[in-house]
Amino acid sequence: MQLDLVPIWTLILGFGVFMYVLLDGFDLGVGILFPLVRDETQRTLAMNSVAPVWDGNETWLVMGGVGLLAAFPHAFAIVIPAVYFPLLLMLLGLIFRGVAFEFRLKTVRARHWWDRSFFVGSTVATYFQGVVLGMFVQGFRVQGHAFSGTSFDWVQPFPLLTGAGLLFGYALLGSTWLVMKTEDELQRWARGKALVALVGVLAFIAMVSIWTPLLRGEIAQRWFSWPNFAYLAPVPIVTAGIALVTWRSLRRDGEYLPFIGAMGLFAMGYLGLAISLFPYVVPYALTLWQAASSPATQAFLLIGTLFLLPIIFVYTGWSYYVFRGKVSAELGYH
Amino acid sequence: MDPVFLSRLQFAFVIAFHILLPAFTVGLSAFIVVLEGLFAWKRDQVYLRLSVFWTRIFAVSFGMGVVSGIVMPFQLGTNWSRYADLTADVLGPLFAYEAMVAFFLEAGFLGILLFGRKLVPPWAHFFAALMVGAGTLFSSFWILAANSWMQTPAGYTVVDGRFVPADWLAIIFNASFPYRIAHTVTAFFVTTGFVVVSVSAWHLMRARHVDTARRALGMTFILLALLVPLQVVLGDLHGVNTTEHQPIKIAAMEGLWDTQARAPSVLFAVPDEANERNRFEVAIPALASLYLKHDFDATVQGLKSVARSDRPPVVPVFYAFRLMVGIGLLMLALVLWAAVLHWRGRLFDSRLFHKACVAMAPAGFIAVVAGWTVTEVGRQPWVVHGLLRTRDAVSPSLTTADVATSLALYVLVYLIVFGAGIYYMARLARAGPPDEVEIRDARLGERPARPLSAAHL
Repeated sequence: MQLDLVPIWTLILGFGVFMYVLLDGFDLGVGILFPLVRDETQRTLAMNSVAPVWDGNETWLVMGGVGLLAAFPHAFAIVIPAVYFPLLLMLLGLIFRGVAFEFRLKTVRARHWWDRSFFVGSTVATYFQGVVLGMFVQGFRVQGHAFSGTSFDWVQPFPLLTGAGLLFGYALLGSTWLVMKTEDELQRWARGKALVALVGVLAFIAMVSIWTPLLRGEIAQRWFSWPNFAYLAPVPIVTAGIALVTWRSLRRDGEYLPFIGAMGLFAMGYLGLAISLFPYVVPYALTLWQAASSPATQAFLLIGTLFLLPIIFVYTGWSYYVFRGKVSAELGYH
Repeated sequence: MDPVFLSRLQFAFVIAFHILLPAFTVGLSAFIVVLEGLFAWKRDQVYLRLSVFWTRIFAVSFGMGVVSGIVMPFQLGTNWSRYADLTADVLGPLFAYEAMVAFFLEAGFLGILLFGRKLVPPWAHFFAALMVGAGTLFSSFWILAANSWMQTPAGYTVVDGRFVPADWLAIIFNASFPYRIAHTVTAFFVTTGFVVVSVSAWHLMRARHVDTARRALGMTFILLALLVPLQVVLGDLHGVNTTEHQPIKIAAMEGLWDTQARAPSVLFAVPDEANERNRFEVAIPALASLYLKHDFDATVQGLKSVARSDRPPVVPVFYAFRLMVGIGLLMLALVLWAAVLHWRGRLFDSRLFHKACVAMAPAGFIAVVAGWTVTEVGRQPWVVHGLLRTRDAVSPSLTTADVATSLALYVLVYLIVFGAGIYYMARLARAGPPDEVEIRDARLGERPARPLSAAHL
């Protein structure tokens, strides 16, 4: 009897994608807010706060992609072609914003172009990640083991809405990150933007929470049938509680709490989606078990993963520790 | 123009641009480790200034390598979903191990390498450089293992048309892997070496940054004197291995149509695929048998031994191979020239030699892309050699318009971004090393009051 590794891989991959959303979320969020920072010095501060870590943050996206390929290849082969253009635009956005970190310091004359590249790239990448999320929740057209829709299935109200929602979400992560990492004027400015973003996030959470059960009867069934309703009631209640704490901490002088609160809101949203979609990995066509790779594949990768992930945490943690505290304009650039 | 051909074109385009970056960063990160190590050992500022100088260039190239690299795994799904589905049980873990062993390691220590010199003790900064360098090598290991498996598949069984793993060691250490990784990584080091040589010679010709330029030129030619001849040997061994496992690829490289003993080495020809022969052929008899099978009388398989539908496109493979070998010979000539000049004590004085060095900057990159073309186009019409055809590997949902649009966007964006990046790197290279570098004083453990001199341009 072979041990069923699918639940373990579900947790690892779910965790990896969540790490990506949180980590690249805050540095993409800094990019989304970037043009609103008027002052050149403060822009440099905002950029410096994420420059040493963005690359590591984005690595979780690669991990999510290849993890899905290795552990759930049928899902990879259906979902990735289905999101052909959203993914293309996301990748091109990530290119423009990723190179801006170095390029903007290599020129004075053209710096405003790379600042724009950082903003537009971050915004486009975020929006289309949101579109992918919306398509995922809405489900894919599948025949056999292949995607049977067209490359324009993403042009629908729900994915276009979730794209906008994620912009507010990452803006909240980015602004609360800046509250944590900066001081004085920039910090005050970030607090103001975080409050706006928080209101936007809550509005989109509400919209998606109403829309999702209307999309699929089985999702409504899962949340609103008895006794599920009682078991799942804490999800919206805790979400509201976190939102309240984040709001109050932003209005007072919370330094770390707003960022932690923002992460908490993402965690609750993620949990809500997981509850709605389980056990599908290609909604509503393939379950995690139907999409899984061979047990030999999952076992071979699991051995290394359980060994490597803790090491990755140690040195990534060290890197964050080295660049801890408030960011300075004189970040010792190489 | 069908989605298959356009998808191939798109993959070739995004990987050709991407491979230029590892071709540079693998060697350059190792160079930085050596420079940091030498500085720690000898406390000679020249090494530190060189390290700071090349780290700046490294930062620009690495950023481009990261963003163009993120594109790659998603290509497997967007355009080659059938391939992804059928091979993932075998290849998926190799890609995932690359991410976990290499990408996280590089990214985790890159911040400290670039920004941490004043924040961490010297040993920790050196360690960060070492980990970034190691990461680039680990990355080469896993990605070339996956690529080699597509050339010489092993350790699998086929269940319902899908490849299922049977023996992981056989999968990773497949027949062509040791040769491919040795040949490729050496090529990366040589490529970087010629860039360093080129930039150093450029400064010497202008009599600027002379101390650092001399040191870098001298060090690098020692390395090249070892690696370029070694690369000739490795290339030969790789060729012998390919002759054994992918004889039709070799036949295309050699422009050999008929199976024959004492096979000639074609120096130049215009392959005519329609009529299955070469025009304007200049060849040396029996030489190909010698270097492919190390025996003048050995029989070498020709293209006509398999059906047309099982042959790769001959023209690109044939010319790309000659381009690669030609550049290799040029490199060998330059190394010999350097040895003669060194023997006469004129390595740092010969203007003509320095001009030749400057001109060699793009040589390695061209050779790497040519070599990549040989091995990848030479594998056609298969994506997994002999088992899965490229045309059966493409995503079924794609239309010609879809792929044409995405390809056009990739071309546009890459030309802008890579163009700017190359321009900025050239400007950094021209500006040369800083005259002075401040470091955190290990004894006092304090951060210096002044920022790094010449930090921003």
